Amino acid sequence: MDLILSFLAQIARIAVPYAMVAVGGCLSERSGVVNIGLEGILLNSAFGTAVGTITTGSSAFGILCGVMSGGATALLHALVTVRARADQIVSGLAVNLASVAGTRALLKVLYASASNSPRITETPLGALPGFSVLGPLGETIGQPLFLAAVGICVLAERGLLHSGAGLLVRAAGERPGALEASGYDVPRVRTLAVVAGGGIAGLGGAWLAFQQNSFTDGMSGGRGYIALAAMIAGKWRPGAAAAACIVFAAAEALQIRLAGRGLSTQFLNMIPYLVALAVLAGWVGRATPPAALGRPYRRGTEEA
Amino acid sequence: MRARLAILATPIVAALIGIAIGVGIAALLGAPPGRFLALLIGQTLGSGYGFGQVLFRATPLIFTGLAVVLPFRAGFFNIGAEGQMAVGGFAMALAGIHLHALPGPWLWIACVVAAALAGGAWGAIAGALKARTGAHEVIVTILLNFIAAALINYVLNRWYALPETVRTAEIGAGAWMPRASAAIPFFRGSGLSAAFVFALAVAAGCDLLLLRTSLGFALRILAGGPRRARYARLSPSRLTVVALSGGGALAGLAGASYILGYKHYFEEGFTGGAGFIGIAVALLARNRPAAVPASALLFGILSQGGLAVNEIVPREIVDLVVAIILFMYIVLDSKAREGTWRWISS
Repeated sequence: MDLILSFLAQIARIAVPYAMVAVGGCLSERSGVVNIGLEGILLNSAFGTAVGTITTGSSAFGILCGVMSGGATALLHALVTVRARADQIVSGLAVNLASVAGTRALLKVLYASASNSPRITETPLGALPGFSVLGPLGETIGQPLFLAAVGICVLAERGLLHSGAGLLVRAAGERPGALEASGYDVPRVRTLAVVAGGGIAGLGGAWLAFQQNSFTDGMSGGRGYIALAAMIAGKWRPGAAAAACIVFAAAEALQIRLAGRGLSTQFLNMIPYLVALAVLAGWVGRATPPAALGRPYRRGTEEA
Repeated sequence: MRARLAILATPIVAALIGIAIGVGIAALLGAPPGRFLALLIGQTLGSGYGFGQVLFRATPLIFTGLAVVLPFRAGFFNIGAEGQMAVGGFAMALAGIHLHALPGPWLWIACVVAAALAGGAWGAIAGALKARTGAHEVIVTILLNFIAAALINYVLNRWYALPETVRTAEIGAGAWMPRASAAIPFFRGSGLSAAFVFALAVAAGCDLLLLRTSLGFALRILAGGPRRARYARLSPSRLTVVALSGGGALAGLAGASYILGYKHYFEEGFTGGAGFIGIAVALLARNRPAAVPASALLFGILSQGGLAVNEIVPREIVDLVVAIILFMYIVLDSKAREGTWRWISS
């Protein structure tokens, strides 16, 4: 029983950063902005969390720093792609390049290390008392940070698909001309959606930093890209995307268990990416992206 | 003439702003701007060795730049050059090890063909998935980069790695390309080799292919969308595979050029991000094959300059400069397209 519970706990721990990035990605892309830069946002926010926590000794402040780093990086992407209407994919790649280089340079400047920050000794609040009946699983899913992540998934699903504000975001991504004709500011809606998405992904970065108890160079390790695959598999719906993240996390947890049984680690390392590729390659059927995804919007240039 | 200069304005202004911001960041970290620039420029363009190193670092970038340009002219964005380069380089090393008994020129040809075929096959996966299922090539090629790294890591460690290393044995010496310093003393000590000339020839070949052949014309028609291609009685799915596998083959040659001209064996991580820098190379070359070598030269200077400035600031500053150049380029390009600023042209 404990074995199953600890396996489920492992899935939960792996799923959090995936789900946060996937949900953040849904927000950004439903508003019409492709965000490959989420990989870099995840890295920057893990870095922000580590630096914030180590500097002040407060994990709560560290989490705040992580969310702010994620939001700030997303703001850069929004300024370039929404305000200046530049290419979204190239901007995302530049965000990722700048994040890898920037965190590496700051590691050297702040901590005189090319590879990692000092250990994070402060940990966020532990599991709430009621969860102890679930044993090892409760220790993970009872943490306030985990519950916040679950809450964000639920809120994003409700908010994006069933609220007035969500309708504005989706309109910005489907028919920006119509949104503007109704008197709304398309660039503002898109900017807010991208920045909010970055902040949510930032929470995933915070989780990652606390999981590994330090910041290590390149620690996002492609998770942002896998999460984007999950977002597409979930057809740009936050709930379904988060569910796809749980599937990917289960595959990864299985990989970690199998690696402990003598199977080649290097070979097993392919599994998460292969699963993501298989899912993308039509196992879920063709997913239709938002109609105006990737298209910069310029006032008065589009039919309503 | 004025229009020609305006076309050059976007890449040049983007590069200058990027370097200026890099100087500013270095100054914030306590490096005097004069000294930073002296290292960045002096150690790259200021000596035969430095300039040789610049051309040496530009060589794989020419190939990876072309690996992005070719699919882009057909309407596809190849982010997979990093993985394609690794797969091509690894397959080439295996060919060079197993066929080492072949006479020199034949071994060279076998190596180059192996690299192009393997890189092309890796690119073709993305092409086939795009054509068959509509899976977006951007995310697919990114995932394939990770799969390539894991797969190579597995095969390397299982069968080919020398004990306690992550590298193979050396390939047969018959396939090595001559080093420039052997013929031209000016470049003494640098890694520059005949692979650079090979890269220029391939760039010229790509230019001809894209602009002067019916296949190139067909690829450019596809960029206007599959409906337009079908109207021209072309097969969009076949051309999709051709475009992305062509990009993969060029990236495979990037791996070949580095190993045949300099390293002589495959080592994990030898690509060093050249696949990603290739995207920047292609952009600043405005996706014209003939302009790729010049663009690769700029990023060759930055790549070699990073090592030079490392004695006073972290060398990652130069990677930041590359990112800033990308940001500036796409912003300027968008302004040019919209006609906001008349002094630049799209």
